Amino acid sequence: MSFIGDPRWGEALSHLPDYLGNHVRVSLAALALGLIVSLPLAILTRNRPAPRGILLALASIVQTVPGLALLALFYPLLLAAASVSLALFGASFSAFGFLPAMLALALYSMLPVLRNGITGLNGIDPALIEATKGVGMTARQSLVMVELPLALPVMMAGIRTAAVWVIGTATLSTPIGQTSLGNYIFAGLQTQNWVFVLSGCVASALLALAVDQLLGLIENGLRLRSRLRSGLGAAGILALVAATLVPWMARSSPGYVVGAKTFAEQYVLSALLRERLQASGLPATARSGLGSSVIFQALKAGDIDLYVDYSGTLWANQLHRTDIKPRAELLAELKASLAKENVTLLGELGFENAYALVMPKQRAEALGIHSIADLVGHASTMSIAGDYEFFSRPEWAALQKAYGLQFRAQRQMQPDFMYAAVASGEIDVIAGYTSDGLIAKYDLVVLDDPRNAIPPYDAILLLAPKRTGDEQLQAALKPLLGKIDIATMREANLRAAGNDATSSPDVVAKWLWEKIGKR
Amino acid sequence: MHSRPMIGYARVSKSFGPTKAVDDVSLDIAEGEFVAVVGSSGSGKTTLLRLANRLIEVDGGTITVEGEDVHNIDPVALRRRIGYVFQSGGLFPHLSVADNIGITPKLLGAPAADIVTRVDELLELVQLDRSAHRDRLPETLSGGQRQRVGVARALAARPRIVLMDEPFGALDPLTRDALGEDFRELHRKLGLTTVMITHDMTEAILLADRIAVMRSGTLLAQGTPAELTESGDDYVLELLRTPRRQVERLNALLPRSGAA
Repeated sequence: MSFIGDPRWGEALSHLPDYLGNHVRVSLAALALGLIVSLPLAILTRNRPAPRGILLALASIVQTVPGLALLALFYPLLLAAASVSLALFGASFSAFGFLPAMLALALYSMLPVLRNGITGLNGIDPALIEATKGVGMTARQSLVMVELPLALPVMMAGIRTAAVWVIGTATLSTPIGQTSLGNYIFAGLQTQNWVFVLSGCVASALLALAVDQLLGLIENGLRLRSRLRSGLGAAGILALVAATLVPWMARSSPGYVVGAKTFAEQYVLSALLRERLQASGLPATARSGLGSSVIFQALKAGDIDLYVDYSGTLWANQLHRTDIKPRAELLAELKASLAKENVTLLGELGFENAYALVMPKQRAEALGIHSIADLVGHASTMSIAGDYEFFSRPEWAALQKAYGLQFRAQRQMQPDFMYAAVASGEIDVIAGYTSDGLIAKYDLVVLDDPRNAIPPYDAILLLAPKRTGDEQLQAALKPLLGKIDIATMREANLRAAGNDATSSPDVVAKWLWEKIGKR
Repeated sequence: MHSRPMIGYARVSKSFGPTKAVDDVSLDIAEGEFVAVVGSSGSGKTTLLRLANRLIEVDGGTITVEGEDVHNIDPVALRRRIGYVFQSGGLFPHLSVADNIGITPKLLGAPAADIVTRVDELLELVQLDRSAHRDRLPETLSGGQRQRVGVARALAARPRIVLMDEPFGALDPLTRDALGEDFRELHRKLGLTTVMITHDMTEAILLADRIAVMRSGTLLAQGTPAELTESGDDYVLELLRTPRRQVERLNALLPRSGAA
């Protein structure tokens, strides 16, 4: 199939109004907020070196925080603020999606605006400031009639830099629940859909260029005092916002919102859940690419209605338990605890996506390794790789404690690349996922855990508090419970990891339903 | 002297840190007078000028303008009624010639149509071609043209007093000569009271009615050029001798016809 004729372009295009619209709205709102805060600060501190220094230092520190981390930080901050507001005023707001993304991006936009604003205003010839007084201007008239117009080119350069940064960084707001062009990139990276990755990158680059040019037009208009140019630039930006607002206002109620975390299995299951709801006449939309800690809070707050999580994850992250119990006991206790927070644990899907130590089958056989216990004698000469969170999770501590494992080196990797790395021998052992289709693809073997150090990770279906009594929803989902065995899920995940049109989550979800629907 | 000076300095002092920029200076400037304040750089002459429209505030003593203590006049209102010509123009680079000239009337709330008429009048007054210069930006003008615009701007709100801070210092000699004489004529025609700062005694002698000589913050002497020659101060006499010596040398070097 040709690259151009790839049907995934069509799929990517169908998401464009939603992704681009949200991206434009959150970026421009953040930029506007950043300007409203930064420009007056630049003006107020232009003749005050001490506060100016502090302000610039603070803005520089913010800039050194990676965009993803800054966005992630705002979510718990707002969550806390929302609960305080609920306690004090009896009213709260959603700490999910738009608000944290806009605030973090606004903060991110401040440095170039502040720095260029202050530089521009301070760079004016003191003799001209003297002249403004000499002709009888007040300080305010001097600012408006002379200083700001003269500082304008430098200030606008800062605003344009901020706009490009914000539009680029907004792609990272997907994990905190803000739909953006980043949805293409996160989904594409996880499902090896390079058409999506490319769509996301190209669309955000084009958007950044367009906004930069429109701001340039406004700048020229202001400098040459041409109302036509500045008017055209402003009209262009307004048209951009309006164009994204029309489909947004006109859209029907989103119905049930199905959440998904940032890996392929979650995209497939989300597609399956939506497909099942729609088959029962219930409208459903996706909120995908959510961070692991964000998604449960979003469910509790009702920002999403349902999603699939894993028992061991909630056990450790939400109940903060470090002890490990047998599967049935753990599930029962989890269900009771979640019920206290009004979250419904509807049931298990039938497979487990647990952490497991994985290595090439041939090498394991050659060394006579069948279980983690057999690994102990070899570990000191071996390297191990895990995903970004594995080595700080209780499972890793439990594994080390139960077996006395000490590896020569440990590395953190993007999960997709881990399997290829262990298959090629670059890494000796990885902490993989039992349901991953790549285990079969690369001819790897999952090592047994005879001492039950790793807790069970049953895939479980969770419903938001507001859906507790929703029988229609529960009836639509019941046919899925207990139907998906580990082999089926692995095959589905392997299909989703392919790099062609049949690997899109929707197509894999259809295949999955055909396979299990008859059971 | 006259009953009431247009500008009166009475025992005025101003220090910047430990430096006494202006030290106990008293000087009266009568209506219609053209006074040049002469001194080298650091003599305090610019400070003295700026104290008059409160670009700088006095430490001690009193300054009156048209009989009023400047301390009792709002500084912005004071500056709008006193014309000020800056060294090398001080024109706003982003505004056209017309907008630069019309700025003070605009600040005073004059109707736009009146400002247009006034700007045209002023362009004529300072001998700039209306249609050729109105809409140009200052950077496209020659130094002399810029200073003509600076003079027009200072006169726009019909002030009775004009302060000039080394207005012709940065110009080439021919332009400088022409501009000096043209301004002297404007001063007479409009009945202005003018205080001009300069370091050039020749310029002061040729343009001013009266000359005040400053050195290290103090006023050494004041009077008409002729009166100054009576001064017992060596520095003042030296300042006066220099132009004459130059003229004598020029006469010796150049043929009498003047056609070089």
